[in-house]
Order: sequence, then C-alpha cells, then structure tokens
Amino acid sequence: MKLDVRYVLRSYGILIAFILICIVMTILSPVFLTVTNVLNVIRQSSIYGIMAIGMTFVILTGGIDLSVGSILAISGAIAAGSLKGGVGFLPVVLLTLAVGVGCGLANGVLITLGRITPFVVTLGMMSIARGLTLIYTKGYPISGFSGPFRFIGGGDVLSIPFPIIVFIVTVVVAWLILTQTRLGRYTYAIGGNEETVKLSGINANRYKTIVYMISGLAAAVSALILTSRINSAEPVSGTGYELDVIAAVVIGGTSLMGGRGSVWGTLVGALMIGVINNGMNLLGISAYFQLVVKGVIIIGAVLLDRLRQEQR
Amino acid sequence: MATLLRMSGISKSFPGVTALNNVDFDLSAGEVHALVGENGAGKSTLMKILAGVYRADQGEIWLNDRRVTSPDPRSMIDAGVSVIYQELNLVPFLSVAENIFLGREPRRAGGLIDWTTMRREVEELLAPFNLSLDPRAKIHSIGPAYQQVVEIAKALSLKAGIIVMDEPTAPLTGSEVDRLFEIIRNLKASGVGVAYISHRLEELHQVADRVTVLRDGERVITAPLSALSIDDIIKNMVGRQLTEQYPSAAENSREEALRVEGLTKEGVCTDVSFHVHRGEILGFAGLVGAGRTEIMQLIYGYRKKDAGRIIVRGREVTIHSTRDAVRAGIALIPEERKKQGLILGLSVMDNSALTIFDQHTRAGFIQWRNIGKLVRQMVKNLGIRTPSLSQTVRNLSGGNQQKVVLSKWFVRHCDVYIFDEPTRGIDVGAKVEIYKLMQSLAADGAAIIMVSSELLEVMNVPNRIAVVYGGRIVKEFEKGEATEEQVMSYALGLGGKAS
Repeated sequence: MKLDVRYVLRSYGILIAFILICIVMTILSPVFLTVTNVLNVIRQSSIYGIMAIGMTFVILTGGIDLSVGSILAISGAIAAGSLKGGVGFLPVVLLTLAVGVGCGLANGVLITLGRITPFVVTLGMMSIARGLTLIYTKGYPISGFSGPFRFIGGGDVLSIPFPIIVFIVTVVVAWLILTQTRLGRYTYAIGGNEETVKLSGINANRYKTIVYMISGLAAAVSALILTSRINSAEPVSGTGYELDVIAAVVIGGTSLMGGRGSVWGTLVGALMIGVINNGMNLLGISAYFQLVVKGVIIIGAVLLDRLRQEQR
Repeated sequence: MATLLRMSGISKSFPGVTALNNVDFDLSAGEVHALVGENGAGKSTLMKILAGVYRADQGEIWLNDRRVTSPDPRSMIDAGVSVIYQELNLVPFLSVAENIFLGREPRRAGGLIDWTTMRREVEELLAPFNLSLDPRAKIHSIGPAYQQVVEIAKALSLKAGIIVMDEPTAPLTGSEVDRLFEIIRNLKASGVGVAYISHRLEELHQVADRVTVLRDGERVITAPLSALSIDDIIKNMVGRQLTEQYPSAAENSREEALRVEGLTKEGVCTDVSFHVHRGEILGFAGLVGAGRTEIMQLIYGYRKKDAGRIIVRGREVTIHSTRDAVRAGIALIPEERKKQGLILGLSVMDNSALTIFDQHTRAGFIQWRNIGKLVRQMVKNLGIRTPSLSQTVRNLSGGNQQKVVLSKWFVRHCDVYIFDEPTRGIDVGAKVEIYKLMQSLAADGAAIIMVSSELLEVMNVPNRIAVVYGGRIVKEFEKGEATEEQVMSYALGLGGKAS
C-alpha cells in the first residue's frame, strides 16, 4: 500500500510548526544547527521517543499507559543488577526486554480480562513497578558497567549514535506494523469501535493486550539505552517520563479517543519536545520556563488539530 | 393559517456529494408536514439546516415572515425551532425535570436551584399529556416513549412554535404510538407546526396533513396527504413502481448448512433446535424481547451458552468466541449496524476488509493488493456510492453505511449469514434491495437466517419461519402455510388459538 497521505497531512500543521521553531533557533543560536547539536537533540529525544512510539499503539486503541516511566526504572534496575551479578550481555538484554513485556502483559490482562480501565490499571502498575524498583535497589543506584553494554547508549555506527539508530528502526518497524499487519489495522479498529471489532470475529482482547506489551517493550528498550548511557540505573529514573511520552504522542496528532494517529506524528512530537528543551537550554532560559512552554505547546498542538478538524 | 416557516431554494453539498439541491419546504401553524424519502435523500440534512447545525450553501430560511440571516443552533432555538432527533438528546442520570430545564434551571436568590418551582412547572408542562410521569424520575429509568415525551415537553417549555420529529415512532410500541399521535394532535390544536420525518408510511395518513417527498436531494412533490395513497408516495420516493416488494425465493437445496441442537442459556432460551439448508432463508419471527437476538448471539459466540450443539455443514464445531464462529463460516450482521457494525472513523477499505485480513496475510504482511481488488469489486456489486475507498465511513450517507456493513461480510463468503433486523429503520426501496441481496446470497449457496419483527416481511421473504416466544421456538411454518394472525398468535404465546 502507498504511504497513507491523509495521516501525513494531518501531521503537517505540527510539522510546519516544528520547522519554524528550528528556523528560529538556527537564527537565535549559532550552535543549534551544528552536526554535534542535532545528533545530541535526536539522541536525547530517542529515549522517550521510543517509548512514545510504544505509547502510540496504546493510545490508538483508546487506552493509556501511565506506567512506562516505572517500567523503565524496573527494567533498567534489573539490567544493572544482573550485569553486576555477572550475567552475560545478551541474556541481560533479553531479560530486560522480558521484564518490560511482562509488565505490559500484566497491564493488558488486567485491562481486558479484569475489565478495569487502562487509567486505573497503569496508575497502579506505575506505583507497583516503582516500589519494586526501590525494593530491588534498596534505594541506591547501581552503576559502573563495562564491555558491550556501554555501546547501547554510548556507541556510534558510522558516527551516528547507536540510540538514534534504535529510534529510527523502532519508528520504521512500528510504521510497518501499523499499516501492513493485522495487529496494526486492528489497533486502529479497536480504537474506532471495539464492539464492532469483537462482532467481526476478532479477538480484540488479545490485540489490546499486545499493545500494552509493545509499550512495555519500548520502555525496556529505553531503559537499556538510558542505563548504558549514564552508566547507572537510578531507582528514581523515568519519574514523570509518562508525561513527556504522552505529550509527544498528543502533539503528533494522535487522538486520545483512539482510532486516529500515526507514528510519523509521534516522531515529530518527540523531536519537537527535544528541540524545545535543547533550544531553551542553548538560549539560557530557566528550566521553570521550559515547563510552561512545553505545556503551551501541548495544548496548542491539540487546538491546532481541533481547528483543522472543524474546517471540514 | 399563518405560515410559520418557509425554506426556499436550499442547497447543500458535502465533499463528494450533493445532499440537497434547490429544495423548498414550508410549515403552517397547526399543521403536521411529513417529510419522506429514501435513506440519503436529504431529509436529515434539511432538518439540520433548519436547526442551524449545518449552514446551507444557498437558499433562504424565513421564520414568521422574517428572514433568518445567520442561523446557528442557539438562535434557531431562541426563534422557536426545536428538533427532536432520533437519538434523543437527554442526560441519562439526570431527572426528567432537570433534563427539561437543562441550562435554564429556575434559581433562587444566591444562585441555588429552585427545585419547587422547577417541579411545579414541569408538572404543568406534562399535565396535558395525561400520564403518570414523576418529574424526579431519572431518564434512564423511564421507557423510550416517556423519553420522547420529555423531549416534547422540553420543546414546549422553550416556547417552540416549530417542532421537528425525526422518526419518533421507531422505538415505540403500538399503544405508545397511539399516545404520541394524540399528543401531536394536541400540539396541532395549540397552533404548533410539526415537521414529521418517518419511514413508516402507513402512519402518515393518521397524523400528517401534507407530505413532501425528497429523492436524491431534490424535492419531488409536496401535496396534501388526502391526495396521495401510500403507493403514490412510494412511487415518488423511488421513482419507479414497486411491482415486486417481496421477490419470491428460489428452491433451496437439501444440503444442511447449519444445525443447532438443544441451545440453552438460563434466563434467555431453552432447548432451541433448528436447521437451515444451503440456499434457504429461514425467518425468525417474534416480538421484541422474545430472545431472538440473544439466540443468534449465543450461536455466534458473542454470549456464552449453557448447552447446545452447533453443526456447520455436517461437522460439529466448538464456538467459544465470535472468532470461532467466523472461522466456522458464520456471519452475524447486527441490529445496531452503526454502533456494532461499523468503525465510523476508518475508511471504507478498513471497514470492508476487517473480516478478511486474516485470510490475506502472507509472512505477517497484509496483502493489500488482493484485498483492494476484493473490496473494490464488492463496493461495485453493492453499488456503494463513495468517492474512494479511503473515504471515511462517517462521511457516507446512512444507506451507504449500511451497505458497507454488508460488504464487510460478503467479501468473506460465509456459509451462514445471520441478519438481525436487516431492514430496521430503512425505507421501502432499500428494503427490497436487501431482500434481493439475501436471495442472491442464498442462490449462491449460502444459508440465511433473517430475524425480523416486521410480520409482513418475515412471512414473505423467507422460505420457512420459526416463531419464537419466551426463548423457545414455539412453531415452524413453511412459507405461505400460515396467516398473519396465526403467526402473531404464536408470537404472543397463544399457540395459534387466537385465530
């Protein structure tokens, strides 16, 4: 199938805003449009960008996952702990991903079979996973790794930072899944009308569970990058990440009601947040202001989307 | 009689469709003016323009001989236009009184709601209707007929001179319809003008004075009802004579497509057993609430059964979920097609292909090319009017949306199609189309189950009829074997004695 032009078009408004901000930044700061800085921005964005791609699946079904920050913390802590315990590189990676997927599975099962709303289940999971992280780490960071693990967050391939490559691969794979596979089409369909999906002979609960597993998996991937990059697993890492992650998805034009949105939008949303953080740092604007600006942009993006909807 | 409303030369287009073309409509005080037409003829659009929901591209609206320059929902309500939509606009967990006065609650000094005044006024409003309706009752706890009355009372409290009713009798039973007509006659007597949209043509002569027929967005005729018979109206609606309202069914083969044995679910149905042959249409007659929809959902795996065997083409199948049923070759086209059959925000393509993604996936990837071919062909066969396959289903007319639901199942080529109230809420022309579609499916070797509450169609379209009462099949008839009265008496649980 050809690239779905409408979904790309829907992201245009925000894409134009993004480009404008980049132009303004280039004018205001000589550092902004340098290779080092651009790679830096994308690398920073990749951590929550990857999580935002996972979150896009969840939000497309009309759900929400508040537990991603805590899932990042627990999988990062377990990665760090097992590395310290002498487990090999590959088993550690697999174990970490399994922890993320497992948390997502628990979310999905509670939401579908337990029939509890996603907000409540993932709010609970947010607390449980954070608590388990603190228990596991006894509240102390686990730091100091060596060998191939450091490559995940710090390595380069052809002078492109490895996290960026992971991010790009995530986006492309997610796009393929959403447009070219059953899971993808059912994800949109469930967000559009779950009852219709069920009456069409589709096991909606199975696919709903899978999207939470994807979100958990994405959080675990980000955990590997973050833990490797800062050479430490902090018990409080990922705190508040769910907000930036959801913001990236929403800025990207994905509807919180489900059924409408795309990974390209999320990609732009994630980069937008990255550019704003970076830009304001470059301009020496205080972190307090940054929060305000970020909030304005989230609301502005949705407002823009709403206006475009109503023009029809 | 004073002219309350005059709409002239109204035109309106949506992307890809002309909904209305140069339509005139007027309404006098104390008059009921019926508006009829096939689905997609433009009735709802015209009324939404009157309500200020849509803005006409061209044309004028005159209220009491004053031109309305910038209609919007608020100003039209203030000007005395009230629209009662088919999907009622009531808040389920608020009381009758609160709903009537929503946003206009009488208040005492200090801003607190004046409950006493509110209740008294509601009682006054409801008094003419002569029914026992407690103003404090919550909307969700009263029936659809009373909810309708609440909407009317709300319109009256807004001092509406013009009330638009969109299919008001659709959810009502016979005696409730009579009561509604009584209320409409009271409204007429007090000088209110009523625009009345309905598919139930047989009602019109009881309630309406004049009728306007729309076809494909154009006004075909406006005339006093005394001058037109139902056949005349139908002729104008469809632009052709309906010689064959119930096309005759073909001979079916003797090969069994579906057999159900001892289907039981506590409180729903008991020991339901029946079979359908390939090429056959089996009707399920009965009253609303007899358990027919539930029986179908049990077969389809949408509800869990306590006991019962399901045999498809001679092989017993285990059905625990809708997925099992679809895999076994059974399709269920639900009654609430919009709510249960469609995903309004997705494209025609995504909706139509929903049932066949699993058949056209290779190495995990959807074969869009194959699916596109199948869907395009089906859209053509069914005559779905859409600018493209990527059009969002929400933007199609009601009739075309219905057809998208059908296309979704037809592309899968199932052995058994269960249609739950396939013609509910659609007009005569579209009904005949549905009958013919069911027959061509049957002719291609499928077995059809048709659940219908409309006695005439369920007696005339199928080859055989099963009558359901209290969760049991109480009687089976061959086509033409029974009279209407006999079927009705079984459906009422009288066992044919009333005839």
